[in-house]
Amino acid sequence: MDTINWHSCFFLLLAAIACGFAVAVVVVGDIVRMACCLVVSLAAVAGLFFLAGAEFLGAAQLMVYVGGTMVLLIFGVMLTARGPLVSMKIGGGQWVLALVIGVALFAVLLQAATSTSAWNGPKANDQAAVPAAAKQDDGAAAEQDAAGQLGLGLLGVREDRLHRQDKPVLLGGMSGYLLAFEIISVHLVVVLVGAAYLARARRRIRNPESRAPNPESP
Amino acid sequence: MSIFTEPVGLSHFLVVGAVLFVCGVICMATKRNVLGVLMGIELVLNGANLNFVAFGSSVLRPPGTEGIGMDGQMIALFVIVLAAAEAAVALAIALSYYHAHATVDVDRGDELRG
Amino acid sequence: MAELLISISTPDWLAHTIAALVQCGLLLAIALCSAAVGIWLERKVSARIQDRLGPTRVGGRFGWLQPPADGLKLICKEDIIPTAADHILFRIAPYICFCATFCVFLALPFANGWVAVELNAGAFFLLAVAGLEIFGVILGGYASGSKWSLYGAMREAAQVVSYEIPLGLCVVVVVILTGTMNLVEIGNQQAGWFFNWHIFHDPFTFVVFWVYVTCAVASSNRAPFDLPEAESELVAGFLTEYSGFRWVFFFMGEYASMFVVSGLGALLFLGGWNGPIPIASLLGLTPDDGDVFGWIGNLLGMCNFIAKAFAGMTFMIWLRWTLPRLRIDQVITTCLKYCVPIVSAMLAGVMLWSFFLPGGLIAALTRPASFPRSAWERTDSKPDSFPRSAWERTDSTLRVDGMRDNGRVQEEAWRRSLPAVRSHAERGNEGDFQEESR
Repeated sequence: MDTINWHSCFFLLLAAIACGFAVAVVVVGDIVRMACCLVVSLAAVAGLFFLAGAEFLGAAQLMVYVGGTMVLLIFGVMLTARGPLVSMKIGGGQWVLALVIGVALFAVLLQAATSTSAWNGPKANDQAAVPAAAKQDDGAAAEQDAAGQLGLGLLGVREDRLHRQDKPVLLGGMSGYLLAFEIISVHLVVVLVGAAYLARARRRIRNPESRAPNPESP
Repeated sequence: MSIFTEPVGLSHFLVVGAVLFVCGVICMATKRNVLGVLMGIELVLNGANLNFVAFGSSVLRPPGTEGIGMDGQMIALFVIVLAAAEAAVALAIALSYYHAHATVDVDRGDELRG
Repeated sequence: MAELLISISTPDWLAHTIAALVQCGLLLAIALCSAAVGIWLERKVSARIQDRLGPTRVGGRFGWLQPPADGLKLICKEDIIPTAADHILFRIAPYICFCATFCVFLALPFANGWVAVELNAGAFFLLAVAGLEIFGVILGGYASGSKWSLYGAMREAAQVVSYEIPLGLCVVVVVILTGTMNLVEIGNQQAGWFFNWHIFHDPFTFVVFWVYVTCAVASSNRAPFDLPEAESELVAGFLTEYSGFRWVFFFMGEYASMFVVSGLGALLFLGGWNGPIPIASLLGLTPDDGDVFGWIGNLLGMCNFIAKAFAGMTFMIWLRWTLPRLRIDQVITTCLKYCVPIVSAMLAGVMLWSFFLPGGLIAALTRPASFPRSAWERTDSKPDSFPRSAWERTDSTLRVDGMRDNGRVQEEAWRRSLPAVRSHAERGNEGDFQEESR
């Protein structure tokens, strides 16, 4: 009997969770339950990141998405959801249309994902069955200090491309992400200010008839 | 040879990414709640992210190829940050919309229809 | 463990599963024990502060068995689910809360190398997973269908999300000092006497430690920041509708997260498993002296770490029974107007300090700093040392020597690499421009 590849087992488990709850997000009507399913799905994706050896990214996914974005989303749900408006149904025809498009898209993507033979075969150098306790960082053993590499990349130095001495542009760190990092920092500040401005409470310019459709308002 | 004994390849990750992507697209298309649409967008972004990470991973790389190296993780990191920013702005817009229309149904925001 | 089971002819998959389950069981036991001892400590300390005796009868003189007795009582209580509640979410919320806290224990090292999963980004992972606990609280508060619960949950969300910023910055300060996010290495770098601890590294880190304490108390919802469950305002906040066993899960989650933030504080600032006096290395109990001695040394280290964590918990309990509760606006003000600016200024201070006086306060007092000049000279004299050698050296020392040599070599290498990176980037850019202009 072959030894069990724990990497594959955990991949299957996490992939099933991620896909299952992603489908649940589509199916479930209640908005809070949707958010809940989405959280589980995103957490499973973070687990998949760990399996792929990107542990810094997995932690970032947990922190930013599950800890930050989803809390924000649930905040939004709580601020806006009221009684009968919580779930809004759409017609059956639209469902059928969406499903047809979705299935067609999925077929195309599936074909694209599995058609390249180098991608779907097992690797030549099989990893032996890793101990279950070390299940999360077996990929990280190959990926030497990915967090440090990422940090250097953000500063403009590409450590994994340093050996390409033949390309002086790469050697000089021009393939790094310093400019993108600076742009995204400024972008975040702008977004912070802009979101606060957009979401501020506008008491003076409240439209009197805008409250009318709400059945629960006093 | 079952899936339990052989190592997963790149395409396994891509299939999961495709499932997330398609679920996100369907979610965007079928939800009438602004926040539901937003959740669809998050799913789509995560599907794409998973592909980036899988392509950049040294564990899953096909033997003998170099792959895209660190770029995968780097782009995924930027996507995560941008998605957070996008969610913040979109929520602010949703709250604004709610203030104006007293609902979060996207079909009600049709003032600009010609 | 798995190898042992395989050697006695257990099937491979079963052996790995059993080994994993045993390790999970050990961690779960630690999490539950920390919660139980925390509850006992809370009762005893609060009693002493209020000039009472606290539990005295259950299980001997000191009431040791009070937490199990409490648990038994709570399990026997009626399990109520309100009719207005969202049943599914109401049921799963306590488990989310507890699971998130339990997952933190996966990455929490108890002694040198005694950690379930040693992650390169351990500190970041720990913060990220610890932040998931609020998710259970928010869901529980929302699903209860009660306005008090909802208020509590909203307060919790606002409070924890805002306090994650200074908390993260406090961790960043230590990460800058150590040059790694691996918690085991952070602990190892503080080995030796107590002045090697990061809290005594320089005046800035001393301030940062107290900011960390504030933020840790706030992020584990303890008084004076316990607004989500402020019993005089919100009945019991998000816990209002919970009873029996589900309530126990929330409660255990809270005490386990107290243990986690205290343990993280001990790891980052108070030397982790390294005592104030390096008894283990003085007695020859380091991993270099053989497996058994190293194991005993690690055991001592673990006792040290757990003692520090419980000292932190005692401090939090002491705060709870001493200080009055803040208002919600004061809580947010404390975070945004005090903690964030202070820790940002300290971050800049630590960066400057570690650039000019890299050895910490004690080293700065004993030998005058000559760092900037000599470092530049060193990199200038060997212009070709980077890209390969400087970083390879850092990496190898991080990986091999860092475990043994108290991180001295590693700090040195890290410090040397910083100017090296800079000079390399400048040099590289000049080269590029020349290339392109040609």
